[in-house]
Amino acid sequence: MKQSKKLGIEISDVHLSFGKTKVLKGVNLSIEPGEFFAFLGPSGSGKSTLLRAIAGFGPAPVGRIEIGGRDITKLPPWERNVGMVFQSYALWPHLSVRDNVAFGLVEKKMPKKQINEKVDAALELVGLLDFHARMPSQLSGGQQQRVALARTVAIEPDVLLLDEPLSNLDANLRVQMRREILRLQRTLGLTTIFVTHDQEEANTTSDRMALLDQGIVQQVGTPQHLYDHPENLFVAKFLGTANIIAGEVSVENGAHIMTLKSGEKVSLHATQPGPGNLVLRPQNISLSEQITPGMMVGKIAHREFLGAQVRYLIDAAGTQLVVDQSHSADGKLLQDGSEIGLVINSKSSVFLHDAGPGGMKPRPRVGAAVTG
Amino acid sequence: MSSSVTIKRGWSGFADRLFPRLSGPVIAAICITIFLFGFLILPVAKVIYVAFLDPGTGAFTLQNFGDFFSSSLFRESFFNSFYASAMSVVLATIIALPLAYITTRFEFSGSTVIQSLGFIPLIMPPFVGAVAMQLLFGRNGTINLLLADYGINIPFMEGLNGVILVQSVHYFPFILINLSTSLRNIDRSMEESAQNLGAHGFRLFRRVVFPLASPGYLAGAALVFIKVFDDLGTPLLLNVNNMLAPQAYLRITSIGISDPMGYVISFILVAFSVFSLWVSFLFMRGKDYTTTQKGGGGLARRSLSPSENLLAYAIVGLILLLVLSPHIALLLLAFGTIWSFAPLPDGYTIQNFVDMFSQSGGYIMNTLIYAGAAAFLDIILGTAIAYIVLRTKLVGRQWLDYMATAALAIPGVVLGIGYLRTFNDFDVPLIGKPLASWWVIIVIALTIRRLPYALRACMAALQQISLSLEEAAESLGATKGSTIRRVVVPLMSGGILAGFVTSFATAAVELSATLMLVSSANDAPLSYGIYVFMQTPSGRGTGAALGILAVVIVALGTLTAQFIIDKERKNRSGSEAA
Repeated sequence: MKQSKKLGIEISDVHLSFGKTKVLKGVNLSIEPGEFFAFLGPSGSGKSTLLRAIAGFGPAPVGRIEIGGRDITKLPPWERNVGMVFQSYALWPHLSVRDNVAFGLVEKKMPKKQINEKVDAALELVGLLDFHARMPSQLSGGQQQRVALARTVAIEPDVLLLDEPLSNLDANLRVQMRREILRLQRTLGLTTIFVTHDQEEANTTSDRMALLDQGIVQQVGTPQHLYDHPENLFVAKFLGTANIIAGEVSVENGAHIMTLKSGEKVSLHATQPGPGNLVLRPQNISLSEQITPGMMVGKIAHREFLGAQVRYLIDAAGTQLVVDQSHSADGKLLQDGSEIGLVINSKSSVFLHDAGPGGMKPRPRVGAAVTG
Repeated sequence: MSSSVTIKRGWSGFADRLFPRLSGPVIAAICITIFLFGFLILPVAKVIYVAFLDPGTGAFTLQNFGDFFSSSLFRESFFNSFYASAMSVVLATIIALPLAYITTRFEFSGSTVIQSLGFIPLIMPPFVGAVAMQLLFGRNGTINLLLADYGINIPFMEGLNGVILVQSVHYFPFILINLSTSLRNIDRSMEESAQNLGAHGFRLFRRVVFPLASPGYLAGAALVFIKVFDDLGTPLLLNVNNMLAPQAYLRITSIGISDPMGYVISFILVAFSVFSLWVSFLFMRGKDYTTTQKGGGGLARRSLSPSENLLAYAIVGLILLLVLSPHIALLLLAFGTIWSFAPLPDGYTIQNFVDMFSQSGGYIMNTLIYAGAAAFLDIILGTAIAYIVLRTKLVGRQWLDYMATAALAIPGVVLGIGYLRTFNDFDVPLIGKPLASWWVIIVIALTIRRLPYALRACMAALQQISLSLEEAAESLGATKGSTIRRVVVPLMSGGILAGFVTSFATAAVELSATLMLVSSANDAPLSYGIYVFMQTPSGRGTGAALGILAVVIVALGTLTAQFIIDKERKNRSGSEAA
């Protein structure tokens, strides 16, 4: 199959309600042509609703959705040319694999010969050409998923929408399928939106992603940017594991010092003074058996051996911190109950200021690396 | 090609703007509403209205009800209908309870037999078996002739007893089905936790099992009550005329459609019917006691000792013999030569069937046409209503469902009287006779009467189709109409077909509305034929043969419907399991 035309998606101030429940509260997103974009969020965050609004399903949204500069907000689903793969695959049980894939082409009133060629090409692309005569009930879950993909790309849609496409597959198949979907997307160069609640899926596939919660886009960016530079506590907590420590930053003799609630002091890189929370990833705290003066001290409460690393739960700074230490064969494990010094890698930490009195959005003034 | 697409799009957009609300579903909804209003709401409203009119002056009055209750015949009829219905519930319970209990609580090898034979009565309309039952249980029937040697005569079939026996033998499956389902839906953990807390034996049954099963039982009992209360054919054939439905029929046919008593009785029948269905609905709805969980399974089943097993077989055998007696008697009657004042027919012959096919070709032909046309209309209406209710956002769409389902509460006699009153003055163009005496009115009556069942079948079929199957079609470029044609209807086809077959089979043996509406023997269907034949002793054999034909039609229909539904279910579960 040939490379598709690459079209961007513009979502401007989209609001949507189910009855009185507001599900989307002013979503603005700009998805680049040819991009693999993920909508990530917990259940009820509105990610699927937003995807369905792009496809034209569900209650009509307020706002504007454009694909390649064409306003599609008011169009019925069948005039949008948006390919959607459903969570349940939605293969028609009364039609064979070939007829399922041909469905959209028949709607376009294409000549039979051309339909056959395009169906063959689409099935070839997903490696199921030999299965064209089967009924959907005779296929495995992964094969059904591929037919659903083939059926969608066969109509050469302007964009491809995937609604939790991997959630009905078992763990091994999921990893394999997500690579396959990515390969398909790269082959066709199709602008793709992928909805998932699984951050690993989003991280491994997407060029960029939007993290949604309670109908609001919390942050947009590359997976590593969101992980390294969360803009608020929700993003920090949702992606990976984070230690959140409350305190206040002040400038003393030109150095930025954070005073924790427990009274201990931690030195940070440049940040504005004021109250807020320090976000610390478990791997950004190192442990030292040599306790030097001024060092934060904790007591090991629990230890979990995870293979490549060892996870310690440490009572320190008036809370319990999660600390990961990488493990090697000659490394020794620390015992529960032992006293230990903690060294914070302030270069990799993020300080999130509390919202100001005016309800200001917390600004991401990060210790060391403030990058765009 | 692209330009034609733009033109089409532009045109439909223009049409949408011109008639924003007149899309396909709206037009369909309007047509259906007109049909249901004209042939269900209006005739029934007319009947109720006339019940409150002074026949002389046309003024509003309660005098008709006063007249009704001051007549000793009507008071007696009212009491008899009530008594026969209540006693039928009692007798049906006595028949159903042991069967339900034995099959759900014990490891009983005869359970499958009960499950299939227990439903057989439903495939035979009660009026068909009524006369045959008289030959078995009547004063000079088989049983009493055998008992006469001992000087015993049991009045099984005397007056109301006959109605009660025939009706309860016919309608007990309603209680059996509902009660068994309720019992089966009780999770084992319900019973075990009660045992864990110290309850066992009869106390366990009284405090846990029975309360959990009672909504199902009461729903079934309410159905039996109303079926007996409304039935016209059985009392007429047993020559029990002092009941409400026969009185309504006799008043209208002998005195005429202006006699107010027929309308008063109709009003009472409708009121009782609505009340019973409402009670049944309340029990089914407010108390959904289904407690089975995944991996749970129903109540624990105890295995029976050899002697208990024998006793269980004896009880079940006796009950099944009683339940199957109408079928046995009907077979004897159909294949017998002369059967009078003898335990069994004098000889056996197939002459009755030869007579039936030579004399009743018209009846059979009419039945095929009427029931076929009614069933076809039913599935068209059913599919359209199901789609509008479940898949569109039309304001008031639920009311289509309510209206169509309301037909359940309208006894056939009442619908018949309503049609006679409403359409007698309505001359059909080109035919030159009133709509009320044109054969098409029978088809319409059957359509209305069977629509609730067909509608439920269509609703169930549509509910099984995941919405994403339709959305997938739309996102691939199929319009609503195209989606219905290429995805929805093909996927519903099994359910629709099952609805057609059920409607057809039950419409083929409908009697009460038919009896009111048949205006000439040439237009009469098979059920009317059975009724006429059964009136005279010489016609009984032929009537019984026709009855066998009716049973075969219904049985084949039921089996086919069941087969289609099972096949659908298997296909579906196959595609989901993969």
